[in-house]
Amino acid sequence: MLEGIFVDGLIFSIMVIGVLISYRILDFADLTCDGSFATGAAVATMAIVQGTGLVTALLLASAAGAIAGVITATIHNQLKVPGLLAGILTMTMLYSINIRILGGRANIPLLRITTIYTKFPLIFSSLSQSWALLVGTLLIVLFVKISIDIFFRTDLGISIGALGSNEQMIISMGINPKLLKVIGMGLSNGLIALSGGLLAQYQGFADANLGQGMVVQGLAAIMIGEFLFDSNRISLITLRVIFGAIIYKALMFLGRYYGYYIKLTPSDLKLLTGILVIVSLIIAQTRSAASSADARKKALRRNKARRVAEQKEVDHVEN
Amino acid sequence: MLKIEQISKVFYPNTVNEKTAIEYVDLMVNAGDFITVVGSNGSGKSTLFNLISGSYPVTGGKIILNGKDVTHTPEYKRAFTIGRIFQDPTTGTAAKMSIEDNMITALYKGMKGLRISLNSANRDLFRKELNQLSMGLEDRLKDNVGLLSGGQRQALTLLMTVLSRPKMLLLDEHTAALDPRNAQIVMDLTTKFIARYNLTSLMVTHNMQHAIDFGNRLIMMDGGRIILDLAAEEKKSLTVLKLVQMFKSIKKQDYASDEDLLTP
Repeated sequence: MLEGIFVDGLIFSIMVIGVLISYRILDFADLTCDGSFATGAAVATMAIVQGTGLVTALLLASAAGAIAGVITATIHNQLKVPGLLAGILTMTMLYSINIRILGGRANIPLLRITTIYTKFPLIFSSLSQSWALLVGTLLIVLFVKISIDIFFRTDLGISIGALGSNEQMIISMGINPKLLKVIGMGLSNGLIALSGGLLAQYQGFADANLGQGMVVQGLAAIMIGEFLFDSNRISLITLRVIFGAIIYKALMFLGRYYGYYIKLTPSDLKLLTGILVIVSLIIAQTRSAASSADARKKALRRNKARRVAEQKEVDHVEN
Repeated sequence: MLKIEQISKVFYPNTVNEKTAIEYVDLMVNAGDFITVVGSNGSGKSTLFNLISGSYPVTGGKIILNGKDVTHTPEYKRAFTIGRIFQDPTTGTAAKMSIEDNMITALYKGMKGLRISLNSANRDLFRKELNQLSMGLEDRLKDNVGLLSGGQRQALTLLMTVLSRPKMLLLDEHTAALDPRNAQIVMDLTTKFIARYNLTSLMVTHNMQHAIDFGNRLIMMDGGRIILDLAAEEKKSLTVLKLVQMFKSIKKQDYASDEDLLTP
């Protein structure tokens, strides 16, 4: 059971890394996510049902998500509409497309079919079933995390980070910011769809509604992670995102499992997630206000100490 | 180097706010020129810079850079030739990234690849470059730029701009937001870099003394036009008082508030 939370959280963490790229690194409020997550699940499921290899299925899922991200970025770039609107447009269109991918149905099961999650117990046969799933997922997540860490240390990755912080600087350095946005959004949604493709195999079905509320859940996980520790290093940022994702899933598990004592139903979890984000925002704001107030007081104390020291020196010279 | 032919810029046409910010301006900038640009607020100095750099599209006219017509070239492509520094010290650097990450994006112009250039050789280079700012930044490569003071950020912006080796420098009141001491440091660095890399430069300033002391040419703008263009010899004998008098005689009217447009 505990392993289940970790597997759930780890699969989810790949999606959260995608949200991290759009929201935190690119500073692009992207809602494509709600659609591209289900796209990933749909593409992976249909590919597996049709008999393509498991790795190919996941790559196809990622590619489909990346295309969705590229479309959002292109709408934003070419029509000069806010990223939020561009994302909503793509997300809405994707709902129809996802049902098309699923062959006109809203739900496709993956029963009695080899998926990556029926393979893991065979590959790690020395482990128990649930541990095999956990180890397999962990390896995938580590691979993704390390690749992303390396990417954001390349010149291209650093310039994408700089774009999110200051677009004018990127232009001044002779880089086309539109192209960077396309790359960043493609990468972000590629990861989100990959996560969707994994989840479909883990839970054994793809659903056109799978992505609903994903953005907010991702943000909640990012914010939980940000409470853990502060850093500007990408490897630590992705690490805390993974921790945040697992903690979030654990919290939701507690809500589902023990929530009925306080008459919570599974449908209340979205409300809880929203409240979690709001509370996180309040705490973050209070903390940053407190720390800057603290810094101001320290500056005053420093000035005072310097004046006193100067006065002493003057007195000393006069004597 | 830069040739501007009859460029104009109209903002908000057909509205009550319609404004012709630049009106049929001609300007020839020769390679190696260091031109100081003065003029009151709203005279069109910043708009002229925005047109040259490509931030705004022109309403009419032509801009020729290094013999090529760049009138409709996007800003990021012109940036290969033009380095620009703004008044606001936060516009030139990415606050949420470390000093070394900022500098690596400035190491070469243009689209970046999947290379990892941030290695120990380049870190040494950055330390050496930062050392000439004498601000102690060489020991803070991993600190976020957001932690630096305005003066430090502007000095870093200047360093990053020259590091990317532009041919031309547009300085838009780049010391105006700094305290006098930091303004002096940044100005000294500016003249040092301009001389060392032989950069053709245009510098907007509200400081008349700076406008006279620096550069080999001075232009004055008013109402979207260049009303005065002084070459090196004329500029040498210039004083703040003479400059104000010239302005008055051109305008043929007494300005009630010379102060806010020509503060020495």
